[in-house]
Amino acid sequence: MSDLSTYNIYALNERTAIIELGNIIDQTLNNKVLAIQSWLTKHPFPGMKDLIPAYTSLTVLYDPFYINEAYSPEKGVFEFVKDKLLLACQPAVMEEASEPRTISIPVCYEPSLGYDLKLVAAAKNLRIEELIHLHCSATYRIYMLGFLPGFPYMGKVDERLVMPRKSVPRPEVEAGSVAIAGWQTGIYPVRSPGGWQVIGRTPFKLFDPFSEQPVVLSPGDNVRFFPISLAEFKSYENNQHVDNHH
Amino acid sequence: MSITIIKQGILDTVQDCGRYGYSAMGINPGGVMDPFAASVANFLAGNTNNEPVIELHFPAMQVLFHEPALISICGADFTSCIHEEPIPTWQPVMVNRNALLHFQKWRWGARAYLAIHGGFKMVKWLGSYSTNIKGKAGGYFGRPLAKDDLLHVNMEENGDGGFNPSCYLSARQYYRTLHWGVHEKNVYAEEGNFLIIPGPEFNWLDEASKYQLLHSTFSVAPHSDRMGYLLNGQSLHPSNHIEMISSGVDTGTIQLLPNGQLMILMADRQTTGGYPRIGNIIGAHLPKLAQLHSGAELRFQLTDIATAEQMLFSQMRNLRIIERSCHDHFNQLYAHN
Repeated sequence: MSDLSTYNIYALNERTAIIELGNIIDQTLNNKVLAIQSWLTKHPFPGMKDLIPAYTSLTVLYDPFYINEAYSPEKGVFEFVKDKLLLACQPAVMEEASEPRTISIPVCYEPSLGYDLKLVAAAKNLRIEELIHLHCSATYRIYMLGFLPGFPYMGKVDERLVMPRKSVPRPEVEAGSVAIAGWQTGIYPVRSPGGWQVIGRTPFKLFDPFSEQPVVLSPGDNVRFFPISLAEFKSYENNQHVDNHH
Repeated sequence: MSITIIKQGILDTVQDCGRYGYSAMGINPGGVMDPFAASVANFLAGNTNNEPVIELHFPAMQVLFHEPALISICGADFTSCIHEEPIPTWQPVMVNRNALLHFQKWRWGARAYLAIHGGFKMVKWLGSYSTNIKGKAGGYFGRPLAKDDLLHVNMEENGDGGFNPSCYLSARQYYRTLHWGVHEKNVYAEEGNFLIIPGPEFNWLDEASKYQLLHSTFSVAPHSDRMGYLLNGQSLHPSNHIEMISSGVDTGTIQLLPNGQLMILMADRQTTGGYPRIGNIIGAHLPKLAQLHSGAELRFQLTDIATAEQMLFSQMRNLRIIERSCHDHFNQLYAHN
C-alpha cells in the first residue's frame, strides 16, 4: 500500500516530472531517491529519457510527443507519466536495501595544491594537521553527482570544518582539487571555475571520457580520504600517465 | 568529401539532439539550442534528424568545401554568402568544389545551423555527437571548431544509390539554390512573448514580484550564452528567505538569483540547480528563446501543462510534415538524376 504523504510528483514542464521526497538532507531519504532511480532504470516507461537524482528528489525527463503518438493518453501525457512513476514509489521499491561501496581517495594536502588550505585553517582556528585529521576522520556519503561530469556532492564534514563558499569564485581550479563548501565536501574532476574552498588535490581520476566507465563514483557510495605526501602525489600522477599509454 | 575551417568563429560546435541517460553522472545533455531550426536544416539537406549539425554563433566561421555538397542553413540570419553572393537560409543549396561559405552580417537571431547531406563523419561519445566542452568530449574532439580543422562528410554510406551534387552544378556555378524551402515560421512569431509553467518555487515570490514577473519587460544581458541567459530588468524578491536544496532543473528553467536577477538555464546548463525555480519556459518556445541575442526583450505569461503539451505536439507534427515534404522533393530529384 503506497503512502502518498511521503512523496509528491509534479510537472516541472511538459517534458520533465519531479518526484519530491522531502526537503531535509538525510541519508535515508537519499537512499529512497536512489532506490526509485534504480527501479526506473530497470523498468523504464515508454518515452523515458533520463533520470537525475538529487538530495531528496528524482527528476525524470521524457519525450511527451512520443508518448502521445503511441498511447494517446486521455488525461494527457503528464498523468500517464505520473501513473508510471507512482509504480516506482511503492514502499517495496523505496525500502530496497543497497550495498554501498566505500572508496578511499588519496589527497595531497599541500598549500601549493590546496590553494585555500592555510586560509581555511586560519579561519577555523585549526592547525593544518588538525584540519587534515578532521577531513580524513569521517566517512562521507555521496548524495549526488552534478555541476561537472563526475563531481560528487558529499557530506557531512565535521562542524569544525564548515566554511562558506568563496565570495568570488576562482576562474580556474585544477582537476583533482578537493574542496569544502558549507557542510559539503567535493572534488573537481576536470579543470573548471570553482567557488568551493580548495584544501588539497587528488591524483585519483574521477572522470575519463575514454574509459568504459567514464565516471568512477556513484551516488550512494561512501568516500574516505587519506593523506599522501607531495612525492607520493607526483608518483601517482606519473603512474597514471604511464597507464594511459597502454 | 570534407570541409576545412578557414577562419574560426566565436563559438561553432558540432551538436545533435543531445546526450540523454547520463545526467545522473553529472554529464548534461547539451545539444542544439534551437531544435526546430536544426531539424529543418537536416531535413532540407536530405538527412534524418539524427545527423549532427554545426551550430554557429555570430561572428561565424568561414568554411571551404573540397567537393560539391548539398547544404542547408537554418535559424539565425547571418547573411550567409558563397564568395560574394548571399545565399538563402531555410532552403537547400548545392555548393560547388572550392566554394567558400562565410557570414557577412548579423541580421536576426542568435544561432544558425549548418547541415550537410550525408552528415559529418564522426564518432559518438556516450550515444551522441553533441560537444561537451567542460568534459572535453563529444563532437569534434570535445571543443569548438578552430582554424584548419577538417571535417569529413559521409558520402557512400547514406544508401542514396549515388546522390551526386556535381550533377546539378556547372563548372562555373559556385552554388545553386533548390526550389523548395520552409517559409512559414510560426515558431518564432510573437517575438519576445514566452509562456511559462509556474515553477515549484513560484509562490516564494512576494506579490509585488509576481506582478513584475508577469507585467514587466526583461532583456537578455551580455555574457549570456549556451549555459544560461542572465536577464536585466526589475529585481524580484522572495517573501521569505528559505534555503534551497539542489534539485532538478531543465532547459528553460528560470532561476531567481540571490541579487534579484533572473537566469534562464539553456542547453549547456548543469544537471541540478540550487536557486529557486520561478518558472519553466514551455518546450514549444525553446526555439524562439534560443534565437534571442544580447539586448533582446522578454515578457512572461503563465500557462498550464495541457496547453504546453498541445503546443509542443503541434510543432512536432509540423516538423513531421516538413520532413515528409523534403523526402518527397528528394525522391523527385533522384528520379530526374
